[in-house]
Amino acid sequence: MLGKHEFLEKHGLLLTVGILVVVAIGGAVEIAPLFYLESTVEEVDGVRPYSPLELAGRNVYVREGCYVCHSQQIRPLRDEVERYGHYSLAAESMYDHPFQWGSKRTGPDLARVGGKYSDEWHRQHMVSPRSLVPESIMPPYAFLEKRELDYSQVEAWLKANRAVGVPYTDEMIENAALDLRTQVDPFSDNYDAFVARYPKAQIRNFDGNDRQITEMDALIAYMQMLGTLVDFDTYEAEENYR
Amino acid sequence: MLMKTVKDKGRKLVNQQLTNKNDTGADIMVIAAILGIGAIFSLYVAARAVDPMMEVHALVFLGAFLIGAFALVSHVSSSKEAPQGAYETGVVKAGVFASMFWGVAGFLVGVIIAFQLAFPDLLYFEGAPWTNFGRLRPLHTSAVIFAFGGNVLIATSFYVVQRTCRARLAGGLAPWFVFWGYQLFIVIAATGYLMGVTQSKEYAEPEWYADLWLTIVWVVYLLVFLGTIWKRKEPHIYVANWFYLSFIVTIAMLHIVNNLAVPVSLTGSKSYSLFAGVQDALTQWWYGHNAVGFFLTTGFLAIMYYFIPKRVNRPVYSYRLSIVHFWSLIFIYIWAGPHHLHYTALPEWAQTLGMTFSVMLLMPSWGGMINGLMTLSGAWDKLRTDPVLRIMVVSLAFYGMSTFEGSLMSVRAVNSLSHYTDWTIGHVHAGALGWVSYISFGALYCLATWLWNRKSLYSNALVEWHFWISTMGIVLYISSMWVAGITQGLMWRAYNEFGFLEHSFVETVEAMHIPFIIRATGGTMFLIGALIMAYNIWRTARGDVRTGEKSLMDESSSQAARPVPAE
Repeated sequence: MLGKHEFLEKHGLLLTVGILVVVAIGGAVEIAPLFYLESTVEEVDGVRPYSPLELAGRNVYVREGCYVCHSQQIRPLRDEVERYGHYSLAAESMYDHPFQWGSKRTGPDLARVGGKYSDEWHRQHMVSPRSLVPESIMPPYAFLEKRELDYSQVEAWLKANRAVGVPYTDEMIENAALDLRTQVDPFSDNYDAFVARYPKAQIRNFDGNDRQITEMDALIAYMQMLGTLVDFDTYEAEENYR
Repeated sequence: MLMKTVKDKGRKLVNQQLTNKNDTGADIMVIAAILGIGAIFSLYVAARAVDPMMEVHALVFLGAFLIGAFALVSHVSSSKEAPQGAYETGVVKAGVFASMFWGVAGFLVGVIIAFQLAFPDLLYFEGAPWTNFGRLRPLHTSAVIFAFGGNVLIATSFYVVQRTCRARLAGGLAPWFVFWGYQLFIVIAATGYLMGVTQSKEYAEPEWYADLWLTIVWVVYLLVFLGTIWKRKEPHIYVANWFYLSFIVTIAMLHIVNNLAVPVSLTGSKSYSLFAGVQDALTQWWYGHNAVGFFLTTGFLAIMYYFIPKRVNRPVYSYRLSIVHFWSLIFIYIWAGPHHLHYTALPEWAQTLGMTFSVMLLMPSWGGMINGLMTLSGAWDKLRTDPVLRIMVVSLAFYGMSTFEGSLMSVRAVNSLSHYTDWTIGHVHAGALGWVSYISFGALYCLATWLWNRKSLYSNALVEWHFWISTMGIVLYISSMWVAGITQGLMWRAYNEFGFLEHSFVETVEAMHIPFIIRATGGTMFLIGALIMAYNIWRTARGDVRTGEKSLMDESSSQAARPVPAE
């Protein structure tokens, strides 16, 4: 055995290929099945692609590095389910490019933060976290409510997501900018068409400022929908046991 | 006199053997092509950028390519003949300085964000989003892992592969391209984080164009390394080079797969990753854990396999063990990623596989540690007299400790407590400060004397100060994080006598305040140690010796090693 190893020690290319083969095995065995196993690719009623405004908010969430302190993955442990809600399903992040499960809870989990607090609470908390939660150590994000949302690329965002597998239709892409504006305007003519495209989407002015669409609007719209798409009164976990 | 001529003759012989005669200039053509195409492309992107971040980065790229082209032209027009030195040491020297620079920068950002968590009101600035924790934390992790660690690995690998192959670095100017190309990647990544350019995959945050640039640099790095191995004068490839090779090859594989993404626009900074949800999560942690495995472990084990034997002047303890160590370590490590996803939506069989391999991983980890430690057999007395050696040996002790801790934390039951808490942060730093930084410090101290041909460091006393200040800093850091993490984990799951959750989340945040202050103090001490080291290295490179300094090395090698004759 050791004698044969000498051969590798004298041939750099073979050593390189040997290394590559040895390190490829583990990943291949663990990752490849996830692309066809039922429990990881199942579809659950209610899960839909992000609306344009939610996606814009998600971009802000990613940009600001929220994931370094907030997870979006509730584990099936008694205290977590009681604190945060139903444990997270694979399907709930099936359109998350990239995933935002996180690895650290310097702040609480946000997988089901949607609907837990009012829009105004979120706005105030972003502007000055310690004004609402004195013990908080979160940075302030006041600039979000002053910064106008740049959605000049919104169609391209949706197209890029479609390219990686999110089922955005041509109609959704064509109406992306309109849909984005609709979500902050309850009196829009596009209201019904928008809700038909994105069921359960919440439509209102999220930051209380109707002069412009801000990054705060987008971020709150995203946070208010987190974890709200699946109706757990009708979800049957047992259906997925096998 | 006679000794001197023999030495000179030997050196000439080595020079003849090492100088590459068939220098075709291909390296210059390839680099010129990369710079030229890169400059044109970045000019195009700068003109049509769809977001301001991309415009800034295109201009940075353009500037770098133009400076590179200028440097290349002046090199070609001024070069009289092929370099005379037997080994290419310039790029290694540059790597030593770059390592110290980025190390201090990365530690400093770490200290800043540690204080931010302890005193949020003092260190966040409204209207300056780039000072927020969410943007600075990736800056810290990337600066210490990729800027500091990466420069140490590139510099030491260039040094070690030449000595152990008895061959000059291959590729002419290519090693310099690797060096500067890598610094450019660091600048792009770091400025990107501050501007909010991130794909939010931990330790792989740089966006698609930075990833593409790193891929080009990395391929050249692999070719330089392999090319040097191919023209070696030694029959065998030395064990340190196996580890370096596995680091380079595996990081290439991980980097490419984990960063697969579709850019929103070819002239925009934003991209969406190819995978989503659970597939993306496992791909990311397959990458993330093996960034630890192959960047922060095998690369630095290569340093161990060269610098420790060299420093104590003893052969590696066991050749057989190093073979077993190498193959078992690289095979098992790659499976361990799923332990980052215990109790998530990842299927349980994958979690169990990850856990099982993580526990098995303890064996090769400790096997390697033992191989390093036992190399000191018969030279343990040097620990007393050589502070540089002591730093390297302590790094192995921390390696053993943190790999044990890692295996423990990968067990699902333990992980249910430790995951999402600061225990993980403490564990990472036991490895990063204790193992990675210390073995790097040892290697850099060695290189400072070896590269500049100094008899001793500027000051061994300063090495002692560095060692003790930063070791106490590490102890404060990891013990405060144990307390913080376990406290937090237990508070999250605590129930009162009525069956309700005992604590609100924010109470657990409040409980972190004192540990966070202690942690920031420990980090500050580590930074102070690094500053002392940077000063010491700089003075050593200049050729200074601190007045009144007794050379400990000379004493130990001339007296301790010599047997006392019987009287």
